[in-house]
Amino acid sequence: MFERALTGSRRYWTWVFVLLAVITVGLYSYFKQYSYGLGVTGMSRDVSWGLYIAQFTFLVGVAASAVMLVLPYYLHDFKKFGKMVILGEFLAISSVIMSMLFIIVDLGQPLRVLNVILYPSPHSMMFWDMLVLFGYLVLNIVIGWTTLGAESKGSPTPAWVKPIIYLSIPWAVSIHTVTAFLYAGLPGRHLWLSAIMAARFLASAFAAGPAILILLCLLVRRVSRFDPDPGVGAIQALVKIVTYAMIANVFFYGLEFFTAFYSNIPEAKAPLKYLFVGLEGHTRLVPFMWTATILAFVGIGLLLFPSTRKNDKILSLALVAIIAANWTDKGMGLVIGGFIPNPFDRVTEYVITYTEISVTLGVYAIGMLLLTILYKIAISVREQKET
Amino acid sequence: MYKGGKIIASLVIFVALLSLPFFYNRGKANKGPEINLNTPAILQLADKQCVEPTEWMRANHMQLLLRWRDEAVRMGKTEYINSQGKSFKISLQTCLNCHSDPALNTSDQFCVSCHNYTAVKPNCWSCHTWPQEAAK
Amino acid sequence: MSLNRRRFFRKAGMITALGLGGTFGITGLLRKVEASEYETPQQGLVAKRWAMVVDMSKFKTQEDYNRVIEACHSVHNVPSLGNPKDEIKWIWNEDYEHAFPSQNNRYMKESVKNYPFIILCNHCENPPCVKACPTEATFQRPDGIVDMDFHRCIGCRFCMAACPYGARSFNFRDPRPFIKEINPDFPTRTLGVVEKCNFCVERLEKGLMPACVEESKGGLIFGDLDDPKSEVRKIVSSQYTIRRKPELGTQPSVYYLVGGGDLV
Repeated sequence: MFERALTGSRRYWTWVFVLLAVITVGLYSYFKQYSYGLGVTGMSRDVSWGLYIAQFTFLVGVAASAVMLVLPYYLHDFKKFGKMVILGEFLAISSVIMSMLFIIVDLGQPLRVLNVILYPSPHSMMFWDMLVLFGYLVLNIVIGWTTLGAESKGSPTPAWVKPIIYLSIPWAVSIHTVTAFLYAGLPGRHLWLSAIMAARFLASAFAAGPAILILLCLLVRRVSRFDPDPGVGAIQALVKIVTYAMIANVFFYGLEFFTAFYSNIPEAKAPLKYLFVGLEGHTRLVPFMWTATILAFVGIGLLLFPSTRKNDKILSLALVAIIAANWTDKGMGLVIGGFIPNPFDRVTEYVITYTEISVTLGVYAIGMLLLTILYKIAISVREQKET
Repeated sequence: MYKGGKIIASLVIFVALLSLPFFYNRGKANKGPEINLNTPAILQLADKQCVEPTEWMRANHMQLLLRWRDEAVRMGKTEYINSQGKSFKISLQTCLNCHSDPALNTSDQFCVSCHNYTAVKPNCWSCHTWPQEAAK
Repeated sequence: MSLNRRRFFRKAGMITALGLGGTFGITGLLRKVEASEYETPQQGLVAKRWAMVVDMSKFKTQEDYNRVIEACHSVHNVPSLGNPKDEIKWIWNEDYEHAFPSQNNRYMKESVKNYPFIILCNHCENPPCVKACPTEATFQRPDGIVDMDFHRCIGCRFCMAACPYGARSFNFRDPRPFIKEINPDFPTRTLGVVEKCNFCVERLEKGLMPACVEESKGGLIFGDLDDPKSEVRKIVSSQYTIRRKPELGTQPSVYYLVGGGDLV
């Protein structure tokens, strides 16, 4: 089916070459980082994880969100999602690969990465994270390729895929739970030491992931003859999922605030203070966090009212707001905030560097290129079926 | 075979290109590595034997070093009793004490000359130091 | 050729797998390093549980703690990078408020507030960093020391996030140019690995006390907590000592003797 990605319009090829250009620049920056060391990034002895791990965390969530299509469609026969599921699975594949790439670019000794498999350490959450992410990637590739392949030949999906699909449902939940466990089990980082970390992660994932998917569906509708939601209300159903997931996410955030501030424990308050009002005069992240908060409420508001959510243009804006709010909180606030203040109660701020941004954009470009190729294949199969 | 003529012709050209280096060097012998075993320390030894017999070391030195590394760093066992019962301290210095010649520069040293010839780059030296480097 | 593409790939894949698997099996069976013996050194110091007591009464001047820090950093080729972002430190000092942030008392004696508390890896009994490491590059020895295998570290820095004491440093750059004088008896590290105090395991093997202990003129007392006759055990069981963040359950092995002697 790959050959379907090799033929396309001028617009398609322009987009592919733009992505290749971004990837090349990113690769160049990565070589700089590989020879000089991670010192080219803004990370420091105190804030030892930064932009890369933040993107990893956000993207694992997006990958897990495919379950929000698979579960209703395969388990509960929610036929509305029928045409969309493949797009969700392909988004998951692209997101998982991006997550893994972000881990690789973040490693100090990337050539030794196989040590995690050669010397398995079941007590380490990172070991399990690698396993479940890899397993989820294989699951989605098998499911997506087989179902689409069968469809392109006009034959029914083979029966052996069904149990694999059912397996992918708890597996999706597990990838994001294990990622949350990376943070939630560390005794010294009070922003992360919360029982509801995994719940928060899943809620924000189920808000951001489907939101991204809806935007992609609207785009697919625009650039091709394939309509993932031909008037059956699939997008509106997903919008409901995004709305309630985001409400849950904001609610959980409020719970964190209550526990920290009502208990008045300094270690619990300090990181939240740093994020929202600044600590000891350091306020770098404050404007971002408040923007995220406002965007979250605006997004939820726009999605709650039928008049605004049924209008495609306003819907897109609302979804962008929700994605931006989630990305800022999970992709920046969470990781950086966990390290501030440091174990000595001092504040070392994190300043992103251009090299870091370039490598990040490069990885995103790789993910988008993969997504473009996979979507092109899916679209071409569907377009063919419909003619 | 569809387009069989073109395929076979391309395969022949491909194999020819690939084997060009072999035909080019036919009949010539490449100079072997200049392995310097006459360091001052070795010359002083009465019984010129390494940690294990030479043939064995030639085949297995890397496996030995990897095993040494794990035993010394992770298990805390820093003494090695070789197949003849002689005891050695597990450390790269044990090797370097005999196999490094302070008069030569790094590229002519024992490990380096052979490894350069075989194009196998061990990455030990990004952390471990040659005695001369430290003396600088 | 009447073979279709799928069948060709399937056959090629199977032959490759057989080839790779076959060679792996053969070389795996043939490659047997001769069984020789490995022993711990005769003159090494052994213990069931190494621990350290920091006697704050002996750390009065800047020279007192600089001497100790210099001893460790020079013997272990710790680079001085000159900026707090990339810096690497195995042992340093903090004042009371920063060493014990949860035990604050604003009416505390000023002099105690400003004491230079020596900070190093606590070599915890329940180390969160060892639990976190996905390759066991950082591991706990039977004698309680939390050691690092720099060969295995992939530089993921999960241990740095896990350590509640901020004891670990990462090589953000190549350390070699920043080492004043390389000590040939200990390796440097390379860029991309995490490092920290190792309780001088390489010196304990030779029967020597850790470098910081030797230079501390009695300020740092090192010994076996499990041995009722050791000085550390005697101090810890008879006088009042404090440890950093005891509520986290890590059971640190570094005790600070703040009461008694000249301090009170």
